[in-house]
Amino acid sequence: MLDDIVLTTKLDLAARWAQGNSFWPFPFGTACCALEFMSIVSSHYDLSRMGAEVVRFSPRQADLMIVAGTVVDKMAPVIKTIYDQMTEPKWVVAMGVCASTGGFYRAYHVMQGIDEIVPVDIYVPGCPPTPEGLFYGILRLRERVMRGQSRGVAPRVDL
Amino acid sequence: MWTSEDLLRRFPDLKEEAVLDRMPTFRVPGERIAEVARFVKEDPAFGMDMMVDLCGVDYPDRAERFETVYHFLSTQSLQRLRLKAAAPAPDPVIPSITAVYPGADWFEREAFDLYGIRYAGHPNLKRLLLGDYFQGHPLRKDYPPGKRWPVTTDDVYRNLPASGEAEDFETMVINLGPSHPSMHGTFRVLAQIDGEMVLWADTEIGYLHRCFEKMAEEHIYQQIIPYTDRLNYCSSYLNNVAYCRTVEAMLGIEVPERTQMIRVILGELSRIMDHMVCVGTNVVDIGALTNFWYLFQPREEIYGVLEAVCGSRLTVSACRIGGMLTDVPGNFRALVEHVLKMTPPLLADVDRLLTANTIFHERTMGVGAVTPEEAIAYGWTGPCLRASGVPYDVRKAYPYYHYDEFDWDIPVGTAGDAFDRVQVRMEEMRQSLRIVRQALDRMEPGPVMVDDPRLNLPPKTEVYNTMEGLIYQFEKVMFGLKVPKGEYYGFSEGGNGELGFYIVSDGTTKPHRVKVRPPCFAIYQYFPKMMVGGMLADAIATLGGLNVIAGELDR
Repeated sequence: MLDDIVLTTKLDLAARWAQGNSFWPFPFGTACCALEFMSIVSSHYDLSRMGAEVVRFSPRQADLMIVAGTVVDKMAPVIKTIYDQMTEPKWVVAMGVCASTGGFYRAYHVMQGIDEIVPVDIYVPGCPPTPEGLFYGILRLRERVMRGQSRGVAPRVDL
Repeated sequence: MWTSEDLLRRFPDLKEEAVLDRMPTFRVPGERIAEVARFVKEDPAFGMDMMVDLCGVDYPDRAERFETVYHFLSTQSLQRLRLKAAAPAPDPVIPSITAVYPGADWFEREAFDLYGIRYAGHPNLKRLLLGDYFQGHPLRKDYPPGKRWPVTTDDVYRNLPASGEAEDFETMVINLGPSHPSMHGTFRVLAQIDGEMVLWADTEIGYLHRCFEKMAEEHIYQQIIPYTDRLNYCSSYLNNVAYCRTVEAMLGIEVPERTQMIRVILGELSRIMDHMVCVGTNVVDIGALTNFWYLFQPREEIYGVLEAVCGSRLTVSACRIGGMLTDVPGNFRALVEHVLKMTPPLLADVDRLLTANTIFHERTMGVGAVTPEEAIAYGWTGPCLRASGVPYDVRKAYPYYHYDEFDWDIPVGTAGDAFDRVQVRMEEMRQSLRIVRQALDRMEPGPVMVDDPRLNLPPKTEVYNTMEGLIYQFEKVMFGLKVPKGEYYGFSEGGNGELGFYIVSDGTTKPHRVKVRPPCFAIYQYFPKMMVGGMLADAIATLGGLNVIAGELDR
């Protein structure tokens, strides 16, 4: 009985260690932040140092959705559908103030933060955040995933 | 060449208006606009072959409340013309000019979407940027800026454009985007295909409609500068320059010589960056990743220059109305010299990898070819128009900031296909480097901000020691800059072509209307027609080379 418990805990730890060190990002790039996302995967900053360079454009192959850019109301159902298509475990990083809060677009067609519809684990401020900023966000997420404590805030609206 | 009298003689019921930018402007009775448009296009003396811009303006206290403003250009004589046609509320209707100018298609749909002006005779008058879930017309003055409408998952499917052909089992309708790697984030294309051949195609835009124009009406003139950054975010600085130049012209000021040169240098570096992103992602779309890494290396260096000047990499906001906030740092010259030195070898590498590459030839030569007539009819400007062989460049045609005194050439293509568009961009990067070199040599020490009490805050000693200084500072900070009443269409060469700002000022500190003339809006509306008859894979190779930037397309 005791052996079972010890073994399970260790497997869990190993799995979390592996998950935290090999994110497969799905870049949901809509606007300016997507260009900084391009910079972070390019040679100068090189996200592969964190083991997260395998950028997948299919949500079924990814476990980390990086929402880079403004999400407008017309896009909301799309982002929700894609999030639902990702398999568990999955995490969401809101890159930039538009994805986090709507930014300075307090307007008739802009979602005031993607946490209206999907749970968000890490918010990275900046307009756009520097690549270093996004790096820091992903590293923080890695820490939290490895400690097994990351679950995003529940969304405010159900589409 | 023509004069205002020629038009008035032909149409005595037009009324000429005096405007701030001195462009010939005529008020046309609403129901006659199509007739006048046809005349100015077909009459050889006028030859207004391009409709540059069309937008709605709302004047709530006028009897004819909704006005449509048309901007025309003759690519031969470079003369411009503005026509205005108004219609009364609550159901404004004026004739469509799409039969004369096919490029007016999306512009009229946008004005319908945002103002509710109906264009009688338009073949497909539907909402363009917003969807059917949206109630009302957001750019009307009585629409609250923050009023949103809930969207549900069903709305995605409700908004599907109607298929052009009847259903049959040989063909299928395929949906690309809005989240698709080759659709650059926010475009959506529906194509009906038979095997690999595209029989019919349509696009849906508005997935990044961030309400720039409504936000601009809510802010004072200086506060709009950061919003302009996010139009074409590949070359933010060029948008800043285009906007600030327009407001400076409205105020009747010219920025100091040193600032002009700094604007030329940073603007051309931004243009290089813009073209690098375009060429890089275009070839990534068709499977060549190496060039992308090669091109991103000098791009990081240019980011370094911008960061040294203003502290920000991408969205710079480095212009101010009347000049710059501070002078460039001491190592500016060294940083630019470094870019000038390291970029040409990398461009040569990319050129060798592409120009002599058979696979690249096969994928791009003869693909998405556009004739000069089609390009002009649909309002194309910039590198895409030049690839079709029309040497129209705002920097040469309407020189500003001494562009006519620099030694540089306009590269033009011959076939107007995807290959030419890449080649024109590659050559423009080299020409931009030439301009930067010359501008750097011309840069002299001097002030960077124009000495004008309307723009500058009073010195701190005055603010602390005199009553007038304090009041003046308070007014400046609290209320902002007053721009003379009138309207102005200012345009510059952006990364994608003619980037225009049509600003209507009512004499207060906030603009009454700011309309951006986005170059890729006109380019992208022709894209579905280019797809038809080609293969689906060719459409991907074409789209990347058009350099459509969602921030500018949807605003």
